[in-house]
Amino acid sequence: MKKLNPLKFLVYAAAFFTIAVVVYIIGYILYKGAPQIVTEISNYMQGEYSLFDYKYSSKNVSLVPSVINTLIMIVISLGISTVLGVSTAIYLVEYAKTGNKFVEIIRITSETLSGIPSIIYGLFGMIFFVTYVGLGFSLISGILTVAIMILPLIIRSTEEALKAVPMSYREASFGLGAAKLRTIWVIILPSAMNGVLAGIILAIGRVIGETAALLYTSGTTTQVATNFMESGGRTLSVHMYMLTSEGTHFEQAYATAAILLLVVVLINALSYVLAKRLTKGR
Amino acid sequence: MLREKGKERIYEIFFLLIASLSIVCVLVICVFLFGQGIPAMQKIGLFDFLTGTTWNPANESNPSFGIFPMILGSIYITAGAIIVGVPIGVLTAIFMTKYCPDHFYKFLKPVVDLMAGIPSIIYGFFGMTVMVPFIRDFFNGFGIKALQTNGLSIFTASLLLGFMILPTVINLSESAIRAVPDFYYEGSRALGATHEKAVFQVVLPAAKSGVLASVVLGIGRAIGETMAVIMVAGNQARITTNILSGIRTLTANVVIEMAYAADLHKEALIATGVVLFVFILIINLCFSIVKRKVGN
Repeated sequence: MKKLNPLKFLVYAAAFFTIAVVVYIIGYILYKGAPQIVTEISNYMQGEYSLFDYKYSSKNVSLVPSVINTLIMIVISLGISTVLGVSTAIYLVEYAKTGNKFVEIIRITSETLSGIPSIIYGLFGMIFFVTYVGLGFSLISGILTVAIMILPLIIRSTEEALKAVPMSYREASFGLGAAKLRTIWVIILPSAMNGVLAGIILAIGRVIGETAALLYTSGTTTQVATNFMESGGRTLSVHMYMLTSEGTHFEQAYATAAILLLVVVLINALSYVLAKRLTKGR
Repeated sequence: MLREKGKERIYEIFFLLIASLSIVCVLVICVFLFGQGIPAMQKIGLFDFLTGTTWNPANESNPSFGIFPMILGSIYITAGAIIVGVPIGVLTAIFMTKYCPDHFYKFLKPVVDLMAGIPSIIYGFFGMTVMVPFIRDFFNGFGIKALQTNGLSIFTASLLLGFMILPTVINLSESAIRAVPDFYYEGSRALGATHEKAVFQVVLPAAKSGVLASVVLGIGRAIGETMAVIMVAGNQARITTNILSGIRTLTANVVIEMAYAADLHKEALIATGVVLFVFILIINLCFSIVKRKVGN
């Protein structure tokens, strides 16, 4: 008779536990949040106070302004850090010679950046962008802060994607007489596009979920930051934090959490599909 | 042709300049954090600041800025998170590499990645609405005075952070285990070892530095976590040894009081952030040392 090995049992138990935690968290939030979302939608239809009203008031605790702020933040911060991150990765992979000291330093700093917790970014953003540069509590302060925060993530994923492009592509392109920049633009970047996009989408997820770095940079005001250079505004995650800490609209907090979670799940799925296509192409 | 060369050179320099931006970022972050934090530490007195056991900035005549309770709080909760997260994470990584059928791996891997993507505010909300009441009811159910708790505790925070560092520990341990050459496993099986013996006594020890690196990174994640912790840890700025009572971490100190802090109080909070930053830098340094060891 075969006895059950205790180690084997532990391994299975741990894996089961990990899955159970994820499933329970997602299941619980959706289970509590989904009915409330339905209620809020029907409130909206009937013209009563709803989470989906265009304008925020303390009665409807609408999340619409925060969603708009989040979108503005995603577009601009991703715009900045994609240009910077992809260019950095291009330099590291395509131009820098291996064993270059300078490249070592860039690697170390970008690793350092990715290890810094968001609260430290928040503090830095408050000291530097809000006060020193004088941008005040504005959406742009938050945008610049998260742009630095997601930079290492984009550098990293672009680097991986560029490295995955076979050497023969480059050699063939050079062999046909194309210069380096042309090769990068026309051959390498398009082949690496799925991987780059997968990284960008993960970064979007980070921006959406960010709270600590934004509380004291873009602030917690409830309106749409129509002029993002001057006015601050809360993002969806900050909105959710404010709802839970105010403690008066718990049902709405569940609904907001469910929406936030759904978006994150979707984003992860999208990034996963793109990254998968990257490896399949080989 | 020569002009073409020159143009290429300009592009290279352009990319180089952008690449050096991440160095600039780290420098600027260091300069501004330390530049604001160190004067505050000098005013309070570095020793009083780091080892002072009372945090009472609101006292107008004699405010005290001792962050020792918060340092302890961060250490307690991080240690707890490691105790919870590392065994489960490493065992899950072993499952993924050595036990898991291929088709199930295709499901499990994205689940772990998703876990890393869930925002900390969601973890915190889950902790606050599910774990805190559960732990309160569970321990109060014994009816023993020593186990009385309101649920907002070191224990709850450690458990929640343990869950949160799982994806970090799993992913790094997984790649460490995968990096061990197959013949380690095959060789030990050929010598008559069982699957468990081969995995736990040959493969795992060979992957030890990679696993250690995952633990170090997990420590970094746990000590820097903010939003989830403040929702479950109770946030009382005092020293305690009872893991069922609440405590405040360095991160929580910054977030909670920054909203209304001014003058020296605000500077002291920034200095709190600097202390955290130093912790993080040390942890990062350990991480790269351990990682370099793996490389060799």
